[in-house]
Amino acid sequence: MSCPPVEIALEVAKFSFRFGQKVILEDISFQVRRGEYVSIIGPNGAGKTTLLKCLTGIYPGGQGVIRWFGRPLGEYKQKELARRISYVPQADGRLPPFTVEEFVLLGRYPYLSPFTTIQPEDLQAARQAMEAAQVMQFADRLLETLSGGGRQKVFLAAALAQGADVLLLDEPTTFLDYRCQAEIRQLLRRLNGTGRTILAVTHDVNPAVLDSRRLLALREGRIVFCGPPDELMQPEVLRSIYNAELVLTPHPSTGQPIIVPDAPATSTFDSH
Amino acid sequence: MSKERAFLYILAGLALVVLLTAPFVGMETIWPQTLWNEPASPLAAIFWKIRLPRVLAAFLAGAVLAVSGAALQAVFRNPLAEPFTLGVSSGAALGAALAMYLALPPALILHLMGTTWNIPTLPWCALAGALAAIGLVYGLTRLRSGFSSTTLLLAGVAVSFFFSSMVLFLQYVCDPTRTFHMIRWVMGGLDRIVGYDDLLAMAPFALAGTLLILFRRYELDLLLTGEELAIARGVEVVQVKQLLFAAASLLVAGVVAVCGPIGFVGLIAPHICRLLVGPRHGRLLVASICFGGLFLVLADTLARTLLAPTELPVGILTALSGGPFFLWLLLRSKQAL
Repeated sequence: MSCPPVEIALEVAKFSFRFGQKVILEDISFQVRRGEYVSIIGPNGAGKTTLLKCLTGIYPGGQGVIRWFGRPLGEYKQKELARRISYVPQADGRLPPFTVEEFVLLGRYPYLSPFTTIQPEDLQAARQAMEAAQVMQFADRLLETLSGGGRQKVFLAAALAQGADVLLLDEPTTFLDYRCQAEIRQLLRRLNGTGRTILAVTHDVNPAVLDSRRLLALREGRIVFCGPPDELMQPEVLRSIYNAELVLTPHPSTGQPIIVPDAPATSTFDSH
Repeated sequence: MSKERAFLYILAGLALVVLLTAPFVGMETIWPQTLWNEPASPLAAIFWKIRLPRVLAAFLAGAVLAVSGAALQAVFRNPLAEPFTLGVSSGAALGAALAMYLALPPALILHLMGTTWNIPTLPWCALAGALAAIGLVYGLTRLRSGFSSTTLLLAGVAVSFFFSSMVLFLQYVCDPTRTFHMIRWVMGGLDRIVGYDDLLAMAPFALAGTLLILFRRYELDLLLTGEELAIARGVEVVQVKQLLFAAASLLVAGVVAVCGPIGFVGLIAPHICRLLVGPRHGRLLVASICFGGLFLVLADTLARTLLAPTELPVGILTALSGGPFFLWLLLRSKQAL
């Protein structure tokens, strides 16, 4: 019995990107296989979000190669690309004045024509996406009336309505409370389980380690680590990425090392 | 039926009623039976040759200004964007004023391909001015990336002042007759419209611009979610913005050339419509067409009846009524505009 051939969804080779004179990304090379869950971590200002925006065509240009499904990014029309990959930004910016359903329906743009109205299949796709992201009950609410977690789920639903196989996410769980984080993570794992490729930028190393199959670490615009979670969770590897001593402890249920907050050297309460 | 859809039908119905009744109202009321019983009477001539074209022109101008305002507000993601604040109106005004100053002939007659083309000068000069203004503002965005829409709007205001003072300069150096003509024209009014020539000059601009914007209704919705998300959803943002700017310039040029710069319709009509039919542009643009047209026809009807037999320039009336109404709306509306 032979294994089915592994399909490469994304290929980045010797990619560099600069804003004016400032180098943001330098000599980036990596691949993502179809159906993989890859997290991109790294300190603030490492270029994680910029990388994500280059991959979606939001930031055009740059040197080197970005290929989606074997085809150079530059050869895609924007609508065509949007049918294959969807992008979920942080839901913390200025919110448009739409209801949840209206916003999710806008995810159907790659399939709309200026000469027709929204079709029943678009409505159905939007409903399915809202159900998958568990925001159906908010359908008629305005975006701005939702909590941070609710907004993040709606942004995910809109990306799902796009019908793309690949999800690119920018900090999907940052700034959310524990319950919302758990819900979003569960949702992403489920989507990954049904075959969607996930590439997520995150500050939270612990959930990334628990959820993803592979991690990339960026530091000062370069890839400094690329490998499975076990290889990342070594004190010296983490030190080389974050330039800080991190305390590791085994996860109570899986035994996988996770990062715990550092305790103060001497307890300040004892002296009184 | 949703509330929003109901409002849209009500607006469309009201627009139709106003369009059908306004031509009969004036210094002297013309009754419909006059048109049937005495088709050759002076009143019937006034109806067909003066009142009807003027009401139609008012509707077209109001609709067009409202549509361009709605589009520009979405592109800039700013409630203050409209042809006036962005300098498009004053650019068009400068183009037209220059044509008056140079005493260009009212129409260029071209003999091409065996046909005679009668091209009215004023709208094309206004279009050149409008494009120059929006090109200046847009050029600033391309010059350096990272301009906020607020900065752009401020740039528009600066461009607007610059072009307005050039219009004033032209008025100052012109001979008195032409100066008077220009001053009166800058106040904005529909009183010059007699017969259907002006309407026909304005129509192609209005039709082309409105269709271009209507076909981009989904892109306008997506621009409201921010440029980055719009790109990620598949919008070719740079091209779409250029196209929308060109369409807005077409619309404004057509109106300004015929009616002078009429303020406020482009600002308030989309806002009021947004409160009534929601932010999605499929409905919002149609509602803006109805409301803008309705508003300017009503304003113009008042302008020609309030102080009859004298006429008020309609631009004065739109700002006089629009200003306080808009302030009231801002104060009472819980929803941020």
